[in-house]
Amino acid sequence: MVQKLPRIGVFVCDCGLNIAGVVDTAEVSRYAATLPGVVAVIRNRYTCADPGQNEIKKAIAEHNLDRVVIASCTPKIHEPTFRKCVAEGGLNPYLMEMANIREHCSWVHQADRAGATEKAKDLVRSSVARATCLQPQDEAIFPVTGAALVIGGGVAGIQAALDLGDLGHKVYLVEKEPTIGGIMAALDKTYPTMDCSI
Amino acid sequence: MMDAGRHPKVELLTDSEVEEISGFVGNFRARIRRKARYVDEKACTSCGECAKVCPVVVPDEYQQGLSSRRAIYLPFPQAVPSSYALNMSDCLGVRPIACGKCVEVCDKKCIDLDMEDRFLDIEIGTIVVATGLDVYDPRAQDEYGYTRFENVITSMEFERLICAGGPTGGHLIRPSDRKTPKRIGFVQCVGSRAPARAAPYCSNVCCMNTVKDTLLISEHDPDAVSHVFYTDMRAFGKGFEDLYRRSREAGVRYVRGLPGHVKQDPKTGDVRVTVENTLTGDLERYEVDLLVLSVGLVPKKNGGNKVKELLALSSTSDGFLLEAHPKLKPVDAPTRGVYFAGCVEAPKDVKDSVTQASAAAARAGALLAAGRVKIEAITAEIEREGCNFCGRCARVCPYHAITESDKKRGLYPVVIQAACAGCGTCAAECPNDTITMRHFTDLQLLGQVDAILEEKPMEKVVAFACNWCSYAGGDTCGTSRLQYPPSVRLIRTMCSGRVDEDFVWHAFEKGAPLVLVSGCHFSDCHYISAVTWTQQRVEKIWIQMEKLGMRPERLQLDWISAAEGQKFARVMRQMDELLKQITPEEVEQSKKAVAEFLRQKREKLEKRKAKAAEGAGALAAAALEKS
Repeated sequence: MVQKLPRIGVFVCDCGLNIAGVVDTAEVSRYAATLPGVVAVIRNRYTCADPGQNEIKKAIAEHNLDRVVIASCTPKIHEPTFRKCVAEGGLNPYLMEMANIREHCSWVHQADRAGATEKAKDLVRSSVARATCLQPQDEAIFPVTGAALVIGGGVAGIQAALDLGDLGHKVYLVEKEPTIGGIMAALDKTYPTMDCSI
Repeated sequence: MMDAGRHPKVELLTDSEVEEISGFVGNFRARIRRKARYVDEKACTSCGECAKVCPVVVPDEYQQGLSSRRAIYLPFPQAVPSSYALNMSDCLGVRPIACGKCVEVCDKKCIDLDMEDRFLDIEIGTIVVATGLDVYDPRAQDEYGYTRFENVITSMEFERLICAGGPTGGHLIRPSDRKTPKRIGFVQCVGSRAPARAAPYCSNVCCMNTVKDTLLISEHDPDAVSHVFYTDMRAFGKGFEDLYRRSREAGVRYVRGLPGHVKQDPKTGDVRVTVENTLTGDLERYEVDLLVLSVGLVPKKNGGNKVKELLALSSTSDGFLLEAHPKLKPVDAPTRGVYFAGCVEAPKDVKDSVTQASAAAARAGALLAAGRVKIEAITAEIEREGCNFCGRCARVCPYHAITESDKKRGLYPVVIQAACAGCGTCAAECPNDTITMRHFTDLQLLGQVDAILEEKPMEKVVAFACNWCSYAGGDTCGTSRLQYPPSVRLIRTMCSGRVDEDFVWHAFEKGAPLVLVSGCHFSDCHYISAVTWTQQRVEKIWIQMEKLGMRPERLQLDWISAAEGQKFARVMRQMDELLKQITPEEVEQSKKAVAEFLRQKREKLEKRKAKAAEGAGALAAAALEKS
């Protein structure tokens, strides 16, 4: 449970024209400022770029933020980027939440600017609501077994196994046929240098 | 190849297949089936005496069936390991007993007909998937007459016929009369760029392979004439244009247009090709001695790539494996610690396969070199308070990451953090709500539902989407700029298995006209089988909805993979259509019915929890007494 009212910073990204070309990001920013718990809203041209990330770190200190919402692209690309960014700003990385107003909004509602803007506002509100309840988390660290499995002994598998072996790692190269070589071994010469395949 | 056999760090496991894979990034376990080779590969000196006495003759796969081999054979002279292998199904054939002649003549005594499959269990930190692809079977394109006409062959067969290590020792002959062909035709795009009939994509290698073949022909026989029938010649790589120019300078004729008709003259064996030259618009006829079909590359057929299932990997619409990101993580699988090398990801030539393999090795090597890995803090935690030892959590966990509980002995279930993958199925299934899913708690997700429905709920669809497939499918849809109406609001969970019945009911209570639950296809589920619980739960809600007088259509269930951007857009459009059919009256009515249903449900939960507390008190008292 949340003990005290959170201090949330919302960072709305234009992503050049990728988002701002469709979504009215100024309107989304104005709206975000009215949401409960939001104490700072900053709009950026490219939030993932260094200046954008610096703004986040600066705002965490200036506004004493304890939660960060970034309205930009899919978390599948930049969640690690922004987790690292807020951690550098002194927050637990799990106190950051993203609202996907690019892949799930500006890019798919290009002909409906008003609808896209309304949706973006909703996505930000949803993320702010989630951020309010976020808790700091500690990541577990596990050791890595120092060996690799390469499945398939064609030219790609052979090369991957050799490179990993040269890096000093133990490699298991598994091939279902009685010999490695794959399709490549059945070729006579290979282009563009016309040398033998084997 | 030879290097891989000799490298001190590389353990070569031929005749082997991966049977099981478990674990997570940095800590995988695999079980490898080492199929019986019936020949001790370390003792075999490849003397070949065994094959000389073997009476069984079968087509030689390596030579594309153009020559034969024995049941005991060396795949090809440069094979690694350089050891004979016995194919037992060839050996026995229809007779149940092996003749044993090979065993008798083997001086080294390295043949063992009783050899059995063995299993090897290994622990590894990373996996490189390099399972390759198949070559297109041109029989489906019957107009070219492959297998009907002897002198129509595939480019793979041509490779063997022109190769010094091939069945003819590198003398190009044609199958019908073994004469040296003087006029050779090549048909491009066989199995490629044909959306209605075969693969829709360009197979990447066939143009340049044919250019290479025409140069080999002119090298072998300067008088021979080659004709290439093509759609577009694609010579885009380094050194490719130069090779293409050399081919044209050598007199090879390139004719733009694919043959509409092919026929072999039964008397002469010559092949007549009728083609519309798309540059001149003329119908042209050619007579060639040998016609080579430049066949495309296709993904491994269903079931042919077991590794895909073992690692729950997805395919793009072309059937090749889906990477974590098409540009930024082109050799990473969506599953952490797994990388792609070669044609399993897309058709590519030798150079590109080698390049990608080195990239995959670098990515895998970086992980191994780091020596440790951080795991996202998305795991389940069980609180003792309220738990009544029902054991459901342990039963539904796809990873067996929850210990069995025992009421009599007072053993509460415990989540093994290292084994928990974070799907959230246990939290969704716990009848007493005593499981917390870190970073995807009930409070956080219900907060999102409330926020979405706060304003104008009638205009919105509340959609739960799993991180790996449906949410990613929405991303694919976005990067492809496929348009759909802006009515759907997505809530991301790691797995659709996390979607608690109460989330859906809560949405209906708050006035959601339509709810969508979406996850991975069953075969793609990133949490082994968690998605089966999603389906069961949704079916249960449908039945209850009918009892409450609600139309079950108001809860939709759909499976969308990460690659299915088009399907995602289609489903979103369907949701928008469905939304329009739902009336405010019906939503108001169901709000009341659901509220009453939830009130009763909560009452029951409180009773159960109180009872559990009593039980726990008794247990504690008993334990105290014992001590």
